[in-house]
Amino acid sequence: MTDVTTAVASPIDLSGDRRRVRRELRFRRLFLAAALSSLVISVSIVVSLVGDSITFLSNVDLGALWTDPHRWAPRVGRFDLPTVFMGSLLVTGMAMLVAIPLGLGAAIYLAEYANPRIRRVLKPVLEVLAGIPSIVLGFFAVAWIGPNIVQNIWTDANAFSLAAAGIGVGFLVTPLIASVSEDALRAVPLSLREAAYGMGAKKATTVVRVVLPAAISGVVAAIILAASRAIGETMVVLLAAGAFAEADYTTDVANVGITVTAAMASLATGTDQVAGGGGSGAGQAFNSLFFLGLLLFLVTLMLNMIGDRFVRRIRERY
Amino acid sequence: MSAADVTVARNVTIARALRGRRVDPWAMVFEGLLLLTLLASLAIIVTLIWQVVSDGASVYAERGFVLSEWPDQIRATVDEIVTFLVEPIGVPGWIFSIAVLLGLPFALFTAFRRSWKTGALFVGILAAVIVLTGLVQTSDFLTSNLSRFPERAGIAQAIFGSLVLAVIVILVAMPLGIATAVYLEEYAPDNRFTAAVRLNIRNLAGVPSVVYGILGLAVFVQLLGTDIDTIPLVGGLLEDVFGEGGITGGKTIFAGGLTLAVVVLPIVIVTSSEAIRAVPQSLREGGYGVGATKWEVQKTLVLPNAFAGILTGTILSVSRAIGETAPLILVGAFYGTFFTTGNANLWEKLSGTYTALPQVVYQWAGEPSDEFRVSLTAAAIMALLAVTLIANLAAVLLRNRYERRW
Repeated sequence: MTDVTTAVASPIDLSGDRRRVRRELRFRRLFLAAALSSLVISVSIVVSLVGDSITFLSNVDLGALWTDPHRWAPRVGRFDLPTVFMGSLLVTGMAMLVAIPLGLGAAIYLAEYANPRIRRVLKPVLEVLAGIPSIVLGFFAVAWIGPNIVQNIWTDANAFSLAAAGIGVGFLVTPLIASVSEDALRAVPLSLREAAYGMGAKKATTVVRVVLPAAISGVVAAIILAASRAIGETMVVLLAAGAFAEADYTTDVANVGITVTAAMASLATGTDQVAGGGGSGAGQAFNSLFFLGLLLFLVTLMLNMIGDRFVRRIRERY
Repeated sequence: MSAADVTVARNVTIARALRGRRVDPWAMVFEGLLLLTLLASLAIIVTLIWQVVSDGASVYAERGFVLSEWPDQIRATVDEIVTFLVEPIGVPGWIFSIAVLLGLPFALFTAFRRSWKTGALFVGILAAVIVLTGLVQTSDFLTSNLSRFPERAGIAQAIFGSLVLAVIVILVAMPLGIATAVYLEEYAPDNRFTAAVRLNIRNLAGVPSVVYGILGLAVFVQLLGTDIDTIPLVGGLLEDVFGEGGITGGKTIFAGGLTLAVVVLPIVIVTSSEAIRAVPQSLREGGYGVGATKWEVQKTLVLPNAFAGILTGTILSVSRAIGETAPLILVGAFYGTFFTTGNANLWEKLSGTYTALPQVVYQWAGEPSDEFRVSLTAAAIMALLAVTLIANLAAVLLRNRYERRW
């Protein structure tokens, strides 16, 4: 019966000082509010994009989104989507062509071959490259990539071209691919490599046939995230691709062109708004900025979601 | 042949057999190619910096640092700071002055109490800032205002604009980001809502910065600025309190700074989360064991131990913010209209039009004349790179130093 008496005995008050409890609650709410602010940001992105996009779509003649011949010229009411999206596609493709071999090669070397001393020196250098502002790479694309690379490959290339912009963006996303895939490669357990060596595999065979397949989802994630970054890159394209405000449809990377982001930036700069002031297209041209932003947001969101799925797959496996 | 000789001979054969073919050309080519990609990535950095320096160095050579003026300028800078602190102008000046005069000894005391190394580092950084400010003053290019004449054009306003933007980013993104990280890592229950917030932050990190520019335009410039009277219920009241320009005043540096803060917020959150996660659980349990509440554990154990990581993330994000151009174009950083630097007081400078370093680079890069498009652009880029690369290097070194202490 002693059990009953202890159970009934007055419970010790564990709740603690009321002031302390209240302070705890206050801080919990403060932190929750901070976390909610990120939701607020997302919602306001969507709201600010969707509102004016609807205004744009309800006023635009849908034929203006798919003109013949293709030409992006918002001032005269020609909002040709294939032109800007082909530009983005070419720049992103070009960027991936440069960044995948460079970034992946550097990642494999750093993760599998480099001795720790070299890695400790080289990895920070690569990370510093990641910190170079995109406007600087834009200048570099105009001043160096254009004349020294693009015009050597395509002899008739313009001084400004989608190719120069694409290579510049490629350099910009190389560190991203390198660091994400290096993480993925280093997450592959050592036992896998040892098993391969145990069967007499060479180092190169081990890397190509065992480590790389095991890390493939991380590598794919790196590439997708880099593509998403490349599509959203603005300043390199705005400086190096040559077209401002208006552009013809082109599939030739050695030509001048415009991308979704460059079109948005030139719509936003003062000169173009003023220039559009004459006709009825002015307000509409400005609204198309929001419509392009919405499309860009949706494309990158989709890519990021897919990339995120892949990143989490490697975390779950090992 | 003795038995021992036979054994030795056999061992040699076996050893040779086990070594495999000595030269494996394909493996060497493969490794060579990999090394080549890495070296190519490094060569890009070198080429880029070389290109920028070779284009821009002439500007600094002609209008750059005058060595003989260094000591005088450093003394003048110290004098200026002291005068500013002792005879503050206006209410914001008083607040700033009192905050510095009270805060500085306290910060010094705290740093030295932690360890003499931290204290020395703190004093070192302060001294470096003062010396650097003095050095900057001796350069004609860095202290001149924007101009249509290449031989007179300078980037003083851009440096001022970028500095103010960086301060706003730190003041807004750092507390908000750290608080969010603390909530997600320490407080959040494991449910769908938390998962949604996490997913949302990862997605925000991938949103292109030009889209953030649209957000800034719609929210900070229009809704909280010029269109503040359109907010339902409280709009009219807010307009009465803050005036025509609303809280941010339209296309001002505040709207720009807030936009950049939002751009880098996900970076601050993600890096702070990682730093907090790296603090071992045993430390928290020790805290709870002596009766600390959750907040007390955060304040005394988790945040101090995650501090280096959080600082790294903040430095990285500020460096990113200083280099961002696209959002600033959308929220209206100007080039053509200048505020006066000479006689305008601080508040007038802040509430007018503004510009920033990357904005000036963009504008000059589009000028037709070679002097602007090549030399001056490269010179401005050198200033921009000096800031961002040093910040990045500091962040990387800081991280490597404090990594894996546990």
